[in-house]
Amino acid sequence: MDGSAPSLLPPRFADWFVQRGWAPRAHQLAMVEKGREGRHALLIAPTGGGKTLAGFLPSLIDLSTRPPANAPRGIHTLYISPLKALAVDVERNLMAPIAQMGLKVTAESRTGDTGISRRQRQRVKPPDILLTTPEQLALFCAWEGARLYFEDLACVIIDEVHAIWPSKRGDLLALDMARLLTFAPNHRRVGLSATVEDPDVIRRWLSPGGAAEVDLVRGSGGAAPVVDVLLSEGQVPWVGHTAHHAMPEVYDAIRRARTALVFVNTRFQAEFAFQELWRLNDDGLPIALHHGSLSAEQRRKVEAAMARGQLRAVVCTSTLDLGIDWGDVDLVIQLASPKGASRMVQRIGRANHRLDEPSQALFVPANRFEMLECQAAREAIAENALDSDPPHQGALDVLAQHIMGCACSEPFDLVTLYEEVRTAGPYCELSWEDYEQVVDFVATGGYALRVYDRFARIVRRPDGQWVARNAETILRHRLNVGAIVSPAMLSVRIAGRRGTAGRKIGEVEEGYLDVLETGDTFVFAGQVWRLVAVSGMDVLVSPAPGEDAKMPSWGGSKFALSTFLASKVRAMMSDVHHWQVLPGDVREWLELQRDRSAIPDTDEMLLETFPHGKRFFLVAYPFEGRLAHTTLCMLLTRRLDRVGVGPIGFVCNDYALAVWSVRDMSGLDMADLFAEDMLGDDLETWLAESLMMKASFKACALIAGLIERRFPGAEKSSRQITFSTDLVYDVLRRHQPDHLLLRCARHDAARGLVDVERLGQMLARIRGKIRHVTLDHLSPFSVAVIAEIGRQRAPGEGAGEMTLESAEALIAEASA
Amino acid sequence: MTAGLAIRVGNVEAVCRPSGALWVESARALIVADLHFEKASAYAARGQMLPPYDTRETLARLEAETRATEPSLLIFLGDSFHDASAEDRLPPDEARRIGALAVGRRLVWIVGNHDEEGPRRLPGESLPSFDLAGLRLVHEPRPGAEPGEIAGHLHPCAKVRGPGGTVRRRCFVTDGERLVLPAFGALAGGLNIRDEAFRPLFSRRPLAGVLGRGRVHPVAWASLSDD
Repeated sequence: MDGSAPSLLPPRFADWFVQRGWAPRAHQLAMVEKGREGRHALLIAPTGGGKTLAGFLPSLIDLSTRPPANAPRGIHTLYISPLKALAVDVERNLMAPIAQMGLKVTAESRTGDTGISRRQRQRVKPPDILLTTPEQLALFCAWEGARLYFEDLACVIIDEVHAIWPSKRGDLLALDMARLLTFAPNHRRVGLSATVEDPDVIRRWLSPGGAAEVDLVRGSGGAAPVVDVLLSEGQVPWVGHTAHHAMPEVYDAIRRARTALVFVNTRFQAEFAFQELWRLNDDGLPIALHHGSLSAEQRRKVEAAMARGQLRAVVCTSTLDLGIDWGDVDLVIQLASPKGASRMVQRIGRANHRLDEPSQALFVPANRFEMLECQAAREAIAENALDSDPPHQGALDVLAQHIMGCACSEPFDLVTLYEEVRTAGPYCELSWEDYEQVVDFVATGGYALRVYDRFARIVRRPDGQWVARNAETILRHRLNVGAIVSPAMLSVRIAGRRGTAGRKIGEVEEGYLDVLETGDTFVFAGQVWRLVAVSGMDVLVSPAPGEDAKMPSWGGSKFALSTFLASKVRAMMSDVHHWQVLPGDVREWLELQRDRSAIPDTDEMLLETFPHGKRFFLVAYPFEGRLAHTTLCMLLTRRLDRVGVGPIGFVCNDYALAVWSVRDMSGLDMADLFAEDMLGDDLETWLAESLMMKASFKACALIAGLIERRFPGAEKSSRQITFSTDLVYDVLRRHQPDHLLLRCARHDAARGLVDVERLGQMLARIRGKIRHVTLDHLSPFSVAVIAEIGRQRAPGEGAGEMTLESAEALIAEASA
Repeated sequence: MTAGLAIRVGNVEAVCRPSGALWVESARALIVADLHFEKASAYAARGQMLPPYDTRETLARLEAETRATEPSLLIFLGDSFHDASAEDRLPPDEARRIGALAVGRRLVWIVGNHDEEGPRRLPGESLPSFDLAGLRLVHEPRPGAEPGEIAGHLHPCAKVRGPGGTVRRRCFVTDGERLVLPAFGALAGGLNIRDEAFRPLFSRRPLAGVLGRGRVHPVAWASLSDD
């Protein structure tokens, strides 16, 4: 504690710290000082540093020292969390200091689950502190009383800001924060963030006018985490994603720990690891499972048992990346590839929320490439070098939703709203032309053919102000607020007699079980089931205990290997001296690759051609992640087709890609094949036809309000929406290819789904640096990607036709 | 005239075309179902601004079909218009193009539940049903055995799972006795043919003629999936 503490903390607060046996931390006092000075502030501190309290202290002090008012007052502090559960949890944690200090402060949460009577009361009699989510704030801002409701606002706190800002939810939140600043021009913004590489990006996002307006407060780093990589001497397999070989060692680690979190990258991996751990669980340790496909009730049960300290381990996916603090976790295990250093630091931060003790983590590589990746991640964490998201321009579909919301709340002036929107970080460079296009879209759909003027959703009054058309338009907008487009969920239910739907055991995303046929067995919620039927929105299953479950589509993770980590892996691979950190079997594997093929230099891309079976293979190792590799393969096969080698298929993983063909590819000009001009017309043509574009168009259409998720009286099933948005996409593409939503969809697909930017950087990086090795059989490195053949679905343009042709072939076969 | 899937309905030979139209060579008749002209503007009036290009898109596909087949008889199997006032909302150019379809041939508008009156100003005759070379053309299929019936209304769709992933496409559906046509309209949605609504129509498991790229794929019932 420094000397200024007594003057910063009122006696009641200073006494409270003493009574608890605590000393206020330096960053908590710094935040109090920022509050007193009325400065915007971003607090960056590891988990467990009393970050939430640091965020609320200035508000609690302000609220406890303000003079009594004659009239009822509005909201003083608005707390926004990306998770509903977090808002509720923070409410609970905030009540303790308020009660212990005897403060006359009210704090209440409001989420989608809050009951109607509480919501109505909150409108009439606002609490001093309201804890809510970005979606609820968007609804508030679309309400006609919004301006009055927020006029007393003194502070907005954004929790887990590192997780929220890079997404469309972050765009929507930034726009609503800009709105709040119009309602209450003197309030402060406070961001609470986990450790990030570049705080300035978040400062700019948080600020109404540039990073300099937001002061940075850093919590002390705490003890450096202790990260071990499981070496499984002599056992790390060449291929695979499951880390099957390491389960006994993982189980041992769990047994030695008090409580362990076992993170995996996919739900299937979670189910698999859970099964395997229980197979080994001779001690009957309470080991639980937590992932996004389990029913909310089941997840809550696991969380509650965890909070009570009743569990020894939870196998989980990113569902537990954020959220409630569990002080008892003393070990974090990452099963299979960590993918990025920042996410790992945040996951590791879930262990030991006491700053003076180091967090313990164990990385478990599932194959030899992952061994390199785990070592690279470990070194990055030790050097405190993290990967980061680059800043982005705010999405225009989100802006469309926001403008409609503004019109639902009160009449707006076109120019005034433009100025307000530009104070939102992601929209500070929004051009007037784009803004006008968005407004036109909101009004009449933004079509060159002007036939919808009489149906406009927002209309210009004679005084020049824009308003929503009528009460029905407003109601429909409010039912469709939000920037999260989640796939429709199917209920997994136990099949009753005669095919009726029985008890619900969880939910799965539409498409999750697409690879399964009726009669197949699979693991879900930790048990083996047989798929009986898919009926409407229900997946009917029957228990199949003891059966060997089919494990469909391991795939990798939905997270791409970060550029930063990929470059570290390449560097480690090319540096023979660095191999010493690796176990003997992995070193031998690298030596074998060096002797049989080649180890590329750091700045080179290795490319191998060889015959295998009856085909010719081209295998390249760009290390740019599955998404960028898939896009690259789509484009390469087009070129290979044009040069006449007859490409047949391809597969990708995070490290490599393999294309096979009828004719030998070793004589091709590889520099030409990988030339950057492939990102021109070929990319555009392929992208326009791709399922990815249709998926991202659907998301944009829902967010922008072209298609409604919900409308009064009827809940549309997502399948109907899918179908009609694809039709809308096709019609629009043919008749107005420059339409705003097609631009949005293309932008999103290029950024998120096909990683065009990363591909472009890669092609530039390897220009003149392709190390082509011609072999007479496959190389040690290539085994991992070749093993994927047959496990992945054949992608590609003709994929749909292929399905139809193979169904047709069944008829021919049956009638032959 | 070879594109498409040759079938027999009742005792009449016909070709299911990849566009979703049916061609009856013996009568030189082209049959299309459920065009739903001006569906987008009907949605726009209720606040969902779907692209106002559906009518011209549907027409472009239809014009391509009439150019390819040169029918002497063009039959609309009902729900040609999305609602009763759709004809009034037709942009002038589209109205003119529909009129041009009648040049040199007979136009028959079978009425449907969306367009009970049929068009008022456009050329052609509006009828509740039409008999063609031993076939009975209606909008809505009637339950029970109806040999020789050609209908629309249900917007049949087939879902097929396979090595290239799952596809859901418009399709013809027939048991050799009767036939249901896919919707032809650019924005018309689809109903899975494994839905209850199709059950009363067929005495045995029907065959799906699934629309593909330049082809119609015959797919057996056993290869079809529920939604």
